[in-house]
Amino acid sequence: MSAIEKFEEILENRHQYAKDWKQRTGGKVTGWLCTYVPVELLYAAGMLPVRILGTHEVQDVTDRYLFPTVCPFSRDALAQGLKGRYDYLDGLTMSRTCSHVQGTFDNWRNYVPIPFSHYIWLPCHRESPRAVPCLRGELLDLKQAIEKFTGVTVSDEDLDKAIELYNTNRRLMRQVYEFRKSDDLPITGAEAMEMVVASQLMDVVEHNKLLEDLLAELPNRKLDREAGLRLMMIGSEMDDIVFVRMLEELGCTVVIDEHCTGSRYFWDDVIPEEDRLGAIARRYITRWPCPAVSSEFNDRGDRIMQHAKDWDTQGVLLYQQKFCDPHEFDIPSLAQNFKELDIPTLVLEFDVTIPFGQFRTRIEAFLEMAELEVF
Amino acid sequence: MTTNVKYKSKPLDCWQWGKELRLEAYQDLISGHEQGKLLVLGCAATPYGMLAGLGDFVFLAGEPYGASIAADPPFSIPCMEAYEAKGYSRDMCGYMRNFLGSMYLDKYYFTGGSFPKFDFAWSVRHCPAGHPKWHQLVSEYQGIPMNYIDDETMLSNEGDPQHRIDYVAGQYLDTIEWMEKVTGRTYDDEKAIEAMRNYFRNEALWGEICLLNGAVPAPLDIKSLFALMPISMLRRHEKIATQFLETLRDEVKDRIANQIAAVPTERYRMNMLTPPPWSFLKIFRYLENFGVVFVGTYVYLINSGEVKFLIDEGKVIPATVPEERPGWPEMKNREDMCRTIARWRAEHPFQSHLDTRKKEYVILFRHWNGDAYLLLLNRGCVPMTTSMYDFQRDLQSHGIAVAMFEGNFADCRDIDETGVLDRLEAFLEGQGIHELKEA
Ligand code: SF4
Ligand code: SF4
Repeated sequence: MSAIEKFEEILENRHQYAKDWKQRTGGKVTGWLCTYVPVELLYAAGMLPVRILGTHEVQDVTDRYLFPTVCPFSRDALAQGLKGRYDYLDGLTMSRTCSHVQGTFDNWRNYVPIPFSHYIWLPCHRESPRAVPCLRGELLDLKQAIEKFTGVTVSDEDLDKAIELYNTNRRLMRQVYEFRKSDDLPITGAEAMEMVVASQLMDVVEHNKLLEDLLAELPNRKLDREAGLRLMMIGSEMDDIVFVRMLEELGCTVVIDEHCTGSRYFWDDVIPEEDRLGAIARRYITRWPCPAVSSEFNDRGDRIMQHAKDWDTQGVLLYQQKFCDPHEFDIPSLAQNFKELDIPTLVLEFDVTIPFGQFRTRIEAFLEMAELEVF
Repeated sequence: MTTNVKYKSKPLDCWQWGKELRLEAYQDLISGHEQGKLLVLGCAATPYGMLAGLGDFVFLAGEPYGASIAADPPFSIPCMEAYEAKGYSRDMCGYMRNFLGSMYLDKYYFTGGSFPKFDFAWSVRHCPAGHPKWHQLVSEYQGIPMNYIDDETMLSNEGDPQHRIDYVAGQYLDTIEWMEKVTGRTYDDEKAIEAMRNYFRNEALWGEICLLNGAVPAPLDIKSLFALMPISMLRRHEKIATQFLETLRDEVKDRIANQIAAVPTERYRMNMLTPPPWSFLKIFRYLENFGVVFVGTYVYLINSGEVKFLIDEGKVIPATVPEERPGWPEMKNREDMCRTIARWRAEHPFQSHLDTRKKEYVILFRHWNGDAYLLLLNRGCVPMTTSMYDFQRDLQSHGIAVAMFEGNFADCRDIDETGVLDRLEAFLEGQGIHELKEA
């Protein structure tokens, strides 16, 4: 089985994977909401950090918990908890990001029994020199809470090892992304997304191994179709791989992305320091920002434009989860930036389930228009 | 429920004075800039008394401005449309949409003249996608500097909060240097401390006045509270506000002693948690026909005022000002002031954690002698709505009747007025409250 097939398999059987891991290692599994949870710290404590994701099925169990204007991702994630699909979790963690997912965390903690939960109060004034020491304090609280819960002391060596493993994971994924700069693309956007989502569900040691296999496969790999228009995807939480497959079947390939199941999640490393918690804190404060925690557009905007250039982007899909206000703020500015570069953009709004028919028509029209400009 | 008493009622003696003070605040927003005062944009929770260190200033809080526009649909709708024409979405903060639309149209609500150009924006981040992003757009559009304080510490009740307080205090300290840089002015610590003392005092006074409304009959109703609130909301840093609020408090006490009611037919008392839909204030007048008096709303008790909840004792009492609290140091310099503000913010009910907040809602309900809560599922503000079902469940578990309706506090297009009134009427019928034949 190729590495990509393996990622796909793990995505489909994510719960079984976590349960097996638990049985095989005797470790604890902790769910996390939002990519500002420091996975390296959970892993250093012998836990498997697992991102809570939805399933894109129609559901009605959240209606008594979350108001309809809470974003579909947050609702879908809570639905999984309420339906007991994560009943194997030992813990749940969240880092302060946006009010929508806050609702998921609060309701989960109140209404779905869970042995351990911890909230990380992420300082969101990332431009302030005070932010790193504050987050360091939060990480110390988290570390102490985990130690109390597991009875295991997290040593400097444990932290060093976890930092190193996750930095390797990030480096290897960046290397895979480098291949996507090529004219002769060896991997689709959907496959790359599967790789990143799998990294949020798997033991990092095992994921690193698969990444090495993938990197060995890529030089000889070819798409079984024309790559078509080189697309960039930018937006809020996105794990709808079925949608990305459908999109790419219409005559394009996603060559780069900026979302939290893509580059925004893994792009930045922890730069080792003597003070390990301080180093982790610095990484999460200075990392590629999500608009839910940043009130300065240019940092994110500049990074996005650089990626768009480096990956030779010919069209951009700007999408948001319905009601995702943090991202809604940035979309008009991003659209304007791309307009200035003559790169066409299409804006789509996602719900738990997607109206494929409608989207298909809009995407086809967009691709036709964009191709006229490019080819 | 069945006895229909009729209480004495009369307007407040200090009503006219309050009206003048409110008007002055709005006029100052127009003329202040011409008088050489700094014009600063922020949010209602910003401890703007600190700005006094820079000299005279006028502070425009975005939410009350957005709310004023929202209450005037013919002005509000074009603002909303101007905002949407820029490509922004309809589901974002309703106050912000009115505010930004007014800026894009270059129409200032209170005069119809040009929208003011601010010297800088300085806010508090108590809503992730709200204020800082809102001010980011103003700052980009007007080309003005922007800064903010991140202090939403209520979201956590875990671990040792000290590093969070250090973080918040540090930001206040840094902000002073930043303000000096962007204005070219030298900061006067003493002036700032004095204004912050007024600020704390006026917050405590407003909280005390709101708590007095626990008396039966209620001496004030929610409409008068909304009308008087801008004094404490916009002029909290001024001595004149203290004089007014002390006069108001004494008059309210006098009304209680003499059983003077805001609504003479009072027989059913309701509370809210959030602001109302501002374009639909007639809801309160309409429900008076049923003998319903709205005695207050949690959000404005703690947003423009401060009280102290004694959770274990199930009580709420007036707050004291920081320097009178045991163990709190006197503010002698800017470091003391910044630390005091950070600590005061951290302990303010504004920052109560969700689990504590639920208890506060019950305590306040009992203090206000409530019969029911009216909850708004507000399409215009995610943070105020996310936990509403949780609150509803919790209140009901305490045997408290809850009516709920959906709408938008700042977008008149987003509320079905007839449907809401029908629903509330049905709720009241269920509570045995029928329309009064003769009001
Ligand atoms: S940032 Fe957007 S997508 Fe993510 S949880 Fe918040 S509202 Fe949902
Ligand atoms: S969405 Fe609500 S909390 Fe946020 S800025 Fe608007 S009114 Fe304030």
